[in-house]
Formats: sequence, structure tokens, C-alpha cells
Amino acid sequence: MTIIIKKKESLELLQGNEAIARGALEGGVRFCSGYPGNPSSEIIDTLAKAAHSLSIYVEWSVNEKVALEAATAASFAGLRSIVCMKQNGVNVVSDFLTNLTLSGTKGGIVLVSCDDPSGISSTNEEDARPFATLTDIPLLEPATPQEALEMTRWAVELSEEIQNVVMLRSVSRLSHTRSNVHMKNLPDFNTKACFDISTAFHTFPVVDKHKARDAKLVKASQIFEESPFNRYVGHSRPELLVITSGCASNYVVDAVGILGLKDRVGILKLGTTSPLPVKLLTRYLSTCNRILFAEEIDPFLEKEIKSLAGDLAKEIGLKEFMGKASGHIPSCGELSPGHLMEVLGNLFNISWKKDEYREKISGLIKDAIPPREFGFCPGCPHRGSYYAIKLALAWDNRQGFVSGDIGCYTLGIWPTGFNQVKSVHAMGSGLGLACGYGKLDQFGFDQPVITVCGDSTFYHSGLPAMVNATFNQADVLLLILDNSATAMTGFQPHPGCGKTAMGNVTDVVDMEGLCRSMGAEVMVADPYEMEKTAEIIYGLLQKRGQRVLILRRKCALVQGREGGFPYKVEIDQDLCLGEECGCNRYCTRIFRCSGLVWDNQVGKACIDKIICVGCGICVDICPQGAINKTIK
Amino acid sequence: MPLNLIITGVGGQGNVLASQILGRTAVRHGFKVTIGETFGLSQRGGPVMSHICISETKNYSPIIPPNMAHIILGLEPLEGIRIINEFGNPETTYIVNSRPIHPLNVIAGEVEYPDPEWIRDVLAQAGRTLFWLDAAQLAMDLGGPIMLNMIMVGALCALPGFPVNGDQIKEILPEIFSKKAIEANLKAIDVGGGLITENEN
Repeated sequence: MTIIIKKKESLELLQGNEAIARGALEGGVRFCSGYPGNPSSEIIDTLAKAAHSLSIYVEWSVNEKVALEAATAASFAGLRSIVCMKQNGVNVVSDFLTNLTLSGTKGGIVLVSCDDPSGISSTNEEDARPFATLTDIPLLEPATPQEALEMTRWAVELSEEIQNVVMLRSVSRLSHTRSNVHMKNLPDFNTKACFDISTAFHTFPVVDKHKARDAKLVKASQIFEESPFNRYVGHSRPELLVITSGCASNYVVDAVGILGLKDRVGILKLGTTSPLPVKLLTRYLSTCNRILFAEEIDPFLEKEIKSLAGDLAKEIGLKEFMGKASGHIPSCGELSPGHLMEVLGNLFNISWKKDEYREKISGLIKDAIPPREFGFCPGCPHRGSYYAIKLALAWDNRQGFVSGDIGCYTLGIWPTGFNQVKSVHAMGSGLGLACGYGKLDQFGFDQPVITVCGDSTFYHSGLPAMVNATFNQADVLLLILDNSATAMTGFQPHPGCGKTAMGNVTDVVDMEGLCRSMGAEVMVADPYEMEKTAEIIYGLLQKRGQRVLILRRKCALVQGREGGFPYKVEIDQDLCLGEECGCNRYCTRIFRCSGLVWDNQVGKACIDKIICVGCGICVDICPQGAINKTIK
Repeated sequence: MPLNLIITGVGGQGNVLASQILGRTAVRHGFKVTIGETFGLSQRGGPVMSHICISETKNYSPIIPPNMAHIILGLEPLEGIRIINEFGNPETTYIVNSRPIHPLNVIAGEVEYPDPEWIRDVLAQAGRTLFWLDAAQLAMDLGGPIMLNMIMVGALCALPGFPVNGDQIKEILPEIFSKKAIEANLKAIDVGGGLITENEN
């Protein structure tokens, strides 16, 4: 049960993503779609929980582009819709988006991008905001969960008013912030979906449609001039004007408060960040000659406003701009109150650092705090898969390597996956790269390449690459690491699961059948049977053509919830030779499972009974046979 | 002046749920709460940190400013000590579970896990008060490692002057836990509270 289905107004602790979901409902949204990706996943997860009781439709689509297309159909039929993704997803939708924004829309449609400064759970820290300027659509940036709710609700109406997509940009820190949120009453849901066949949505004539899109943007900028989401606090003639947006604005407010600069620093928090509200900016730029920009990832506002200030130079005069370009604000990574205290402290000559305390602590701890390395969970099937890959590539001994992809198994670039993965970029790209390696033999390339791809990733964008492999007769060996879930983002269902976002039973899209129909040789193995799987992989490495091996085993966390594992694992410390064994602590040094640890007191391996889940796969790795499993 | 609290630990210890329960209880009793959560790449085993700011007047930002934590609740000792330089100060109160969860690089023998007694010493010198609790064992006694977070929440709420108390937390728990799990979690709050009052006396 989720709080956001409450029909009446109430005050609740809501996560940023839950607030976006509630805002959509308060805005009358009835069609919701997306593809899972941190930090955006909880929006659709939350709406899915509300679906049945509020009679809305919610789906996890196969990828972001299809998600936007599906939501657009609802818009064309007059319904209000929302489509949610992480920053990388906006790249995937961009082909449709650039055309959709020319044709225009009907029912309100909001595209939510949750960006990930510092790449906390991403392969990059891409800023998706330039897609708003690229496609000439309005951009909103909430700063708090309360504002996320209000902006989403308003974005739906704005979209309907200007008949185009509206983009809402969150960041990880906001999406995963919980705070007080005032929810309003939910409206009644009763619009009938209907496509008016006297209308049509397309991009022709292109130049006319482009003009019409520009006009919509002008209308949006006029609306933005009066928006309550743009707020100024501070003196009417401040010594410094900070222009900020989104989550970063909270850090500015905190830093100004802590440093006691409220009377000297003015804060202009923009919520509507593209197109710029020119009159409003002219007014505030005129109040002060020193301007600092505080925003996350790219200098998006910084560039746009500097350019505007050039146009306005006669009116507002010469300005000193500080921000990412000047080096006052870090050019990459997530911001924090500390960053703002640093720059403001320097500008106003205020000392605030606890140097004495920090020196004392540094003296005490020195370098004794080891980092916590990323690793697969105890019982994770990926550990078994990579162990088998490592064995097979070693037996094969031809400088083979792994072309990786996006999911928990991306961790294969690190010791937890025995460093087997040598490239990772975007969803489905591991197999696309493999298609290329598979055609390099005429240039003397003779290394075997294994591609790994998760089940959800395979459906998302592995499929076209698989078709390409067959079409172009590329030699590829694809290992689909099928753990029956979109595990990394919170176990969302995908086309192979037989269940939809709303929990309805559906047909399973059969990955074996799909690959066979494309002419591939298809085998299935269990990654828990590491030696046997390694032999199969080795066998496949000796062949050519399109080969698919599905390594199928449920995600350990799902297995844990569904009754756990069968074994009790123990070390026979009489058999373990400890440091004396020639294996050089193979079980802990190489295998790296947090449930299998080294007992420093006796100098031998032992099981951490709290951590070990009882998958039992480590039994096979000990040369002494000292690891035992028994049925619980 | 807000109360700045950091809960730090390892993925799978129930950090996010603990902060959610605390936050929901505080909101229910009229406080302005902001919780920033950091959970990284891995579902389990990576560091997880929640920044919780409780105020009577306004919502603050989801990241606590440098060296301004009033309380640091460490579900795991290494994760507790890891953040004291960045967020602690001489007045910080520490509540730390004493049982280590070894990182993989420690298990592999590449780096050493510091002696827990040394961690205890440093924490005692770093702040105002340290409650060094063998909460993991008590969690096992209550039914398993997943009980740890509620024991630690119980301890936290027993601190003198903490904005919400254990009874108020217990009123919220039925909204969070299934009927099957509720009894042990209610008990965990009391067990945790007892650890603080015991120490205080």
C-alpha cells in the first residue's frame, strides 16, 4: 500500500520520486510509463502500486523510447500522461522526442529525467537538460519533494496549454530525499480516451511546424515570467547575487544561513529554467554586478544567462560572472553545502572550517580506514557466471575478454567479477561492440570475445544488435545473465518475467525462441554449476557463428525473499591448510564473497554465519575440499 | 537550530527503512524533516548513508554541512568512523554497533580492517559521548541480523532530548511491518532503548 493513493489532502513524509508520482496523480495523469533506472525507478514503482485502486494505467515499457511513444498515444487520445527515466534514457527517447515536439501533443504529457550528479548509480553524469533546448520544450527543475509534487502537477497543465511535451528534471539527491509534503485532494478521473480523426500529428511541413514549436516556447517563457517557482530572497541591492536551480538551491540557502550572509547575498532560485524568464532576469541582474551560478552537472543556466547578459549589456551593464567556467564551482560531481560554504567563505573572507578538529581526527585515524569495495551480493549468480568465464578464457588462452553491458553485472569490471569485463558503455552496447569484433578477423583479429548482457537489457536494446549479428554473419558469443529481474534498480518485471508493472499475468517473451529464430545456437546453463558452465563456455569459444548461452538463476535477493537457499556452508578447518596451502588464500583472495572470510586468529578460512546465505557454490573452489555444504 | 543526524552502515542493514521510520514519526509529531539518502551501485554490501535533519521551523537541505552532525549512528563500526572527519565535531554523540562487516578488499587480504577496539578508542576521543553497543548479538537473539536497525533506532530515541521517543516510534511500526514481523520489531525498540538507559545509569 502506498501513501500516495490517499484521496484527501494530508501532510506526509514523501520521497522526491513519490512526490513526483503524487503530483502526476493530482494533475490528472492516467497513463504512466517508463523504463527502470536509478535514480528514477521509484516513480513508476509507486504509481504501479496505485494503479488498481485509482484505475490508472502503469507500465514498465521495454525501453524508454517505447515508453514515450506509448505515453504519447495516450496524449493524442486526450489523456494526461507521464513518462519517467534516468538521464541515459533521454538519449534513447531523443529520436522520437525531436519529432514529437514538432508535431505537438494534445493531453498533457510530462517527461521526467532523473539525472545522477557524480554518477552515484550510473555509467555517467550526463546532464539531460540540454535536450530541452535541443527540442524547444519547457524545462522545470524542482528543488524539494514539495516542489516536485507541485511542479509535476503544474507541468501536466502547462503541457496541455502549449500542446507540447514539458520536461521535468530531478537529480538523485532530490529523487531520494524524503521530507514533509503537503498532498492535495485527488481529482476525479473520468476523461474518455478518443483520437479525433479530424486532426493529425506529424512534422510536415517541417519549417511551419518548427515555427509553431518556437511560438509555443515563447508562450511558455511568458508564463514563466509570473511563475511562483522562481523566487528571490535577500536584500534589494545584494553584494552578490547567486542564481541557482534544483537541489543545489538548498545548499546555497543553507550555506548563506550558516555563514550569516543573509543581508549580503541575494538568492534567485529558478524553477523554470528553459526558456529563461527574460524580464525577471533583467530585473535581478540589474540589482548586482557580481553573480555566482550554483547548479548541478553542466553550466546550463550559466551559459544561457551569460549569453542573455550579453544581449542585455546596454541595459544591465558589465557583470562579473562566477561559476563553473571561472572555477569557483566544481565543474563536475555533485554539489553540497560544503562546496557553497567554501566559495562563499572565500568571497566574503569568512573562516568556518573546523581545522583544529580535522587535524586531531586525521592524526588519530591516519590512513587506517580501508575503502569498501563494490561487490556482488552473497549468493549472486553473477559471481558464478564470471568465475566460469574466467576459467573458460584461461583454458582457451587466446587473450579472450568480455564486452560488458549495463546492470549489476557491470561490476565485472572490478575484482568481484574477477576483472573480466573490459568495456562498458550503454544499454545493449556490449553486443553491438561484439558484432564489430566478430567482423575483425579479416584484419588479423584472433581473440575470442564473450559478451554479457542481462535479461532486461537484452530486451531493452540487445535485440537489434542480435539481429545485426545474424544479418551480417558476425561471430558473437552472447551470455545472457538471466536472473529473472531488473535487479539493480529494484526487481522490476520485464518481458521475460510473465508479469507486468501492475502485477498482471502476461505471456513470457521467450528469449531462447527469439535467439533461435535469429539463427543462433542456443544453450542454457546454471551459473551455480561453475565448472560445468565453464566447460560449456569453453566449447562455445571453439565454435563460430552466433552462439547464445543463457545463464539462468534467480537474483539472490529475490531467492532470499522467496524462501532462501538450501544449504548450510561450513569450513572444515582441519582440512584447510591456511597460509601453508599453496593456494595462497584462493577462496578469500580471489573468490571474494562477503560470506566467506579469513579467520585471522587461526589463519584459516571461515564462514561468516550472519552474511552467508547458503548458496553453496564456493564448495567447488577449494583445492583441499575444505568447504562443505549440507542441507539445512 | 536543527538536529543533524547521520545513519551510516552497509547495504542490507536496513538503513533506509530506519530513517524512513524516524522521519515519518517526526513528521507525525509536527517536525520538519529532510532525509537525504545515498545508496550506491550495489544492492547489498556497499556503504549506505542517510542524512536526517529534524527541525521545528523549516526544511533544511538533504546534505548535512561539513562537521555539523550532532549524532552519528553507525550500524557498522568502519562506516561509523569513516565519516567522522567530514561530519563529526567535538560535541558529536556516537551510537555505534560494534560488529564489523568486512569489506571484500579486507576479506581478500589486500587491506586490513582496523581493530574494533581501536575504532572504539578513536570514537570516544573524537566526540562528546560514545555508546558502543553489541547490538548485532542482540539482533540475532531477537530473530536475525535484520532486527539490528530497530534496536539502533530504539537506542537513538532513548537519547535525552531526542525529538521523538520510542513509544512514538512504536505507534508508527504497524504501518511499516507485517503482522508477522511487528512483535519482534516493537521489542527491538525497547531493547535498544534499554542499552542507552543502562549506559546512562
